[in-house]
Formats: sequence, C-alpha cells, structure tokens
Amino acid sequence: MKPRQKRIALIAGGLAAISIASVLVFQALDSNVAFFITPTEFSEGKAPQDKAFRIGGMVREGSIRRDNLTVHFVITDTAKEVPVSYTGILPDLFKEGKGAVAQGRLGANGVFTATEVLAKHDENYMPPHAQHAIDQAQNAAKTLQQ
Amino acid sequence: MNNPIIQWFKYGSPQSFYPLAGKMIPWFWTLAVAFGLAGLWISFFVAPTDFQQGEGYRIIFIHVPAAWMSMFLYIVMAFWAGIGLALNTRLSGMMAQAIAPTGALMAFLSLWTGAIWGKPMWGAWWVWDARLTSALILFFLYIGFIALQAAIDDPRRADKAGAILALVGVVNVPIIYFSVKWWNTLHQGASVSLTRAPSMATTMLWGMLLMALAFWMYSIAVSLMRVRAIILEREAHTEWVKNLPEIQGKSS
Repeated sequence: MKPRQKRIALIAGGLAAISIASVLVFQALDSNVAFFITPTEFSEGKAPQDKAFRIGGMVREGSIRRDNLTVHFVITDTAKEVPVSYTGILPDLFKEGKGAVAQGRLGANGVFTATEVLAKHDENYMPPHAQHAIDQAQNAAKTLQQ
Repeated sequence: MNNPIIQWFKYGSPQSFYPLAGKMIPWFWTLAVAFGLAGLWISFFVAPTDFQQGEGYRIIFIHVPAAWMSMFLYIVMAFWAGIGLALNTRLSGMMAQAIAPTGALMAFLSLWTGAIWGKPMWGAWWVWDARLTSALILFFLYIGFIALQAAIDDPRRADKAGAILALVGVVNVPIIYFSVKWWNTLHQGASVSLTRAPSMATTMLWGMLLMALAFWMYSIAVSLMRVRAIILEREAHTEWVKNLPEIQGKSS
C-alpha cells in the first residue's frame, strides 16, 4: 500500500473503533444518561433508594391543588401515576396536561416531595388560534364517539 | 489541464485559492445580510405569537440556527482536517483552522441563548440532561482544537494533532442530534427533521430557515476571510505572497 492509502485506512479504522467504543459506552450508561424516570419506570422499582431523583411526565388534568404555598399534583405517563408535593415557585409553563419534571425524594407516605419543579414543553410551535382550532376539532371528535 | 477534475484540484493550492476566496467573500456577505434582514423581519413582525410560550419563543430564531451551525461546522472542520491528514494537502488544515473559531462562536451562542430561553420556560438556566451536556462538550471540543493548534509552533504538526482531535470528537455530533430521541431529556424533541413534517407554523418555519441561511452565509464569509489571513501568515516567505499587490502596496 502507498503511504497515502495506509493513512486513509488508519483514519477509517480509527473512526470505526471510536464509534464502536462510544456505542458500547452509551449502552453501558443507558439509564444513567436519562434526565428523569417515568412513573411506569418508577412503579417497576427503577427509582434509586434513599437518593434524590427526578420523575417526569404530564401533570394530570384536574390534579393541581394548592394548600397555602404548597402545591400538590399528580405526574402521569397515562399508564402509572405518582403524587407530588412541592413548596416553591413554579415556572409559567407549569400547567395541567403539560409536561413537568420534579426533582426530590419519595416520602414514607408514598408522596414524592419535590425540591425543584421544571416545565417540559413540547416541540410544537403555533399561533393561539391554531391551537384553539385543534382543541375544537378534538372536542368534536370526542362528541362523535360518545 | 483541460481535465475538469484537475481544474478543481488547482484551487487546492493556497496560491490560487487566495484570490478565489477574495472574490467570493463580498457575495457571501451580501447574501448573509439579505437573508439576515429578511429572517429578522419575519422573526419579529410576521411570525405569530406562540400558543404556550408567548413572545419568548422568538429566541428560537437565533438558538436553532446557531445550534445547527455549531454541529454542521464541526463536521465540515473534521472533514477538512481528515482530508489534510489523509492526503497531506496544505489548504485543508488551514480550512479546518479557519472554521474552528466560528464553530466555537455558534456553539457558545446556542448554549447562551438556550440558557436565556430555559430560565423563563423550564424554570432553570441549565440542567445536566443529555442534549445540553453533549452540546457543552461540543463547545469544549472546539476550544480544545483551537488551543491544541495554538500550542504547537510548527503549523503542519499542529494541523495533524488538531485533525486527530477533530476526528475523535466527531462522534459527539450524532450524540447531540439524537440525544433527545435516545434518552429522557428536559430539552424538547426536534421541530424540524428530514423524516416528517415540521411541527411549527409555516411563517415561524420560514423565519427560522432564513435565519439559518443567513448564519450559513455569514459562517462561509468569515471562514474565507480567516483562511485568507492564515494563508498569508503561513506563506509569508513565498514569492507569490511578496508579489501580491496588497502586500507591495503596504511595503512601498
């Protein structure tokens, strides 16, 4: 082989080795890369014991209840639910039916006590009247099903 | 020299690329300004308010183009660095060196605008989720590449060392891009992708694409300006540089 071809082969081999190595590393890390666990994963016992962790999902419709400065709500991934209580300032985008991530510990009473609550918004961007139209269409579809 | 492929190779030499780059720079600047003005006008005056984020979402028009450019420029930089390493061409290393500062700027812009966006929407300036962390690593890779090249005096050796770092770091780019798909992240998924219809209103999308084009043209223009400076610096001892009208004009 000419030196040039040798160098190209070395670079290609090096890149392939690095790619395989990083795939293996990330497979090993897997769940540790996740920013939060879902209520389903939580119910499967994937939450760390005696350690703070984050739980993420939707804030269930109609679950927000305010008790002085403490807010109680339920995080759901539609399959499982986790009740959460939190004392502090909530982000503006924190709303029922929208995504949220809570960080904290599980109390003895089965309620997750959060020290921080973040809002997780989705990748949809549209003007308010478009959202209104979508809501109306969905309501109409629901009425038809009933 | 009638073979068209050889015609292209001709521009691989610094001597013939220098004047070509000089001719292209004003065009790319013109396009950058035109796309930028159109993009900003749509971003601020035409694109509607968002249904959940209000006016605050408009930072997307800077944030997303900057993030795209930071990833794309890294691939281009690694490509030139790899070509230089494999074929031992002089201009390739100079191109990689010229692109790095603009890539670092874009990576910084995407992190900075992301923080400004994150505070009002998520409630946090910064979180250690997969998307944000891998984007920060990209910024460090750019800084590392610039520092490594600057630390080695011999430019050819500096190119080689930098090329290896650039090529190793390229695995990070798909990790950034797919992080929101592979893992649970606080960062939302992609609004625009090649595989499905974009999930944003058409005028918003147009604003973002025009801004991305403006960033693209700007990046090409400044990279060409920088590569011209690097050519002059590295080839200062040669006859052709000494005979350049702009150099002769300076010395007389």
